[in-house]
Amino acid sequence: MLEIRAINKRYGTRQVLTDVSFGVASGRLTGFVGANGAGKTTTMRIILGVLSADSGTVSQDGVPLTSDDRRRFGYMPEERGLYPKMKVGEHLVYLARLHGLSPASARRNTIELLDRLALGERAGDLVQSLSLGNQQRAQIAAALVHDPEFLVLDEPFSGLDPIAVEVVMSVLSGYAAQGAPVLFSSHQLDIVERLCDDVVIIADGEIRANGPREQLREQHSRPRFELCTDADTEWIRAVPGISVLDLSGGVAVFEAETDAASQTVLRQALDRAPVTSFSQQRPSLATIFTEVVQ
Amino acid sequence: MSIPPRDRAATDRAPVRPRHPAPSFARSVWLVATREIMARLRSKAFLVSTGILLLISIGSVVAGSIASQNQTLPKVAVVGTAAQIVEQTQSFRMVEADDVAEAEALVRAETVSAAVVPGTATDAPLGVRVIALDSPPVGVLAALSITPTVSLLEPSTQQSGGLVYLVSLGFGLVFFMSAITFGSTIAQSVVEEKQTRVVEILMTTIPVRALLGGKVVGNSIMAFGQIVAIGLLVAIGMATTGQIGLLGTVGPSIVWFAVFFAFGFIMLAALFAATASMVSRQEDVGSATSPVLFLVMIPYFLVIFFNDNPTVLAIMSYIPFSAPVGMPMRIFLGGIAWWEPLLSLMVLLASTAVVILLGSRIYSNSLLRMGARVTFRQALRG
Repeated sequence: MLEIRAINKRYGTRQVLTDVSFGVASGRLTGFVGANGAGKTTTMRIILGVLSADSGTVSQDGVPLTSDDRRRFGYMPEERGLYPKMKVGEHLVYLARLHGLSPASARRNTIELLDRLALGERAGDLVQSLSLGNQQRAQIAAALVHDPEFLVLDEPFSGLDPIAVEVVMSVLSGYAAQGAPVLFSSHQLDIVERLCDDVVIIADGEIRANGPREQLREQHSRPRFELCTDADTEWIRAVPGISVLDLSGGVAVFEAETDAASQTVLRQALDRAPVTSFSQQRPSLATIFTEVVQ
Repeated sequence: MSIPPRDRAATDRAPVRPRHPAPSFARSVWLVATREIMARLRSKAFLVSTGILLLISIGSVVAGSIASQNQTLPKVAVVGTAAQIVEQTQSFRMVEADDVAEAEALVRAETVSAAVVPGTATDAPLGVRVIALDSPPVGVLAALSITPTVSLLEPSTQQSGGLVYLVSLGFGLVFFMSAITFGSTIAQSVVEEKQTRVVEILMTTIPVRALLGGKVVGNSIMAFGQIVAIGLLVAIGMATTGQIGLLGTVGPSIVWFAVFFAFGFIMLAALFAATASMVSRQEDVGSATSPVLFLVMIPYFLVIFFNDNPTVLAIMSYIPFSAPVGMPMRIFLGGIAWWEPLLSLMVLLASTAVVILLGSRIYSNSLLRMGARVTFRQALRG
């Protein structure tokens, strides 16, 4: 468990992070969502120790992180870049060795990872000769080549083609499945929605929402229900405590003032005709995001 | 609360990840240094410029030896028995003339600088008479005269002016060229890392000081290697072209030069890296590092213009930036106490340490500031 607690950061007179606190649980994928300039990159740089916070702590299982701990992180910065004139394979071996791997395991990891990312044939090519998409894959390899115990990835999906997105998603899930905490930021809310167990939403340097994805959706659900039945649903308008939003044949969308009112609707519907579905409408992550950042 | 199914079974489950102990600081520095060296050795520009530098230095030794061998002896005309006397001096090329009249004609025609003819006992105690055109030929007279033995109480160690100039030019030029070449190489590689953003990954991997240290060490090894190669080539060249005597005079100062250069270069390298880290684009490297360039150029010009001015040289030999040129020059000229190079080396070491501390502070505070040029105040404050 990686814990970020009460981080404050100021650039000159501008407060960029205010009391930022959240956790990244082991074995879970945590999505970090926010508009441009909301403070995602600054937070990630502070987690990695590249920047120092004005106050607050980053700790692992209650113990503040040291620079040695941080070496076991896999980091993909928002600003992408590798040495353009190094060969892809050599570059990855170099980074792995800087992390303390032996030459043999550095080479082994490099070959494995490049194969997994479908870059195996490019190991001998110069970084600058790769296409943008392949450079992006190499960048992801650079974050993973040293068997990191934590992953912090800033926008890992930007600039990837759909196939690469799938590859990277499976690699990240694989890491989480092995018990590593994985934190990544993304603009692509659909990916976060599909992939993440936990979601952290940041706006103007403040954490606006934070928790398991489903819990967030529940919290931001309005008491809005959808009922599908075989018979006409005109009768719902007469139920007390119910305001109907939409009626069309056997499908009704309504808001209930109380839980009891919605249950009454369900009971009566069952008395009248078979009910094919009755559900509370859950907002999408995009809806929640727009709601909490405002 | 249900978590929608995600295909975790499909992702490969690697065995428990091994823990790799972080490399030591020295190991990190060495890894960075090795990469720098490999990058240099693979660069065609570096190989070509090193080749040219080596060719120039070997060429100058060879040219020097050819010039000294072809030094022409003055020609004199000799008549009859005078030939034997002139031959003993081995200082002239002789042109045999049949008689005095022919010898005089040769002098008038200026094909010879003087004529030596047999003299009569009364006008020539040495048995020869010297004929010249308009003034007594000093060189010829000196060679034919007998001089008393001279004992010097305080022999001057002063070297001849031409050699002093050549040696000062040599030290100045080699220091200047190497410092500029490798200094700007460091500067470019710092900005390359910043511009390509690879620096952020490096910073999360190893301490920033290890990164700076590796760059300085790697490039210093290359610069020092180049200096040693030049030194060896010059020494071998002098030995094989029969200039051993000159090697004996210049040798000790070349060794001191190498020592001073090693530390002086480390200091300059740290300065180049620190100033370069303040900008984000290759286009700005030149203006950012120009203060350091001045520090390199000033000793170069001073030693060329003031190689005969002991006061200026003495001051130069203690100022850290010019000591690598100034102190070896004074050692070459002679007349300094044994402790002077050591004291100057101490000063250089101390200032190198200070510069590295300041430089690494500027460097680590500037690396993540992209865009506009970082000011010295920002860089020092953090």
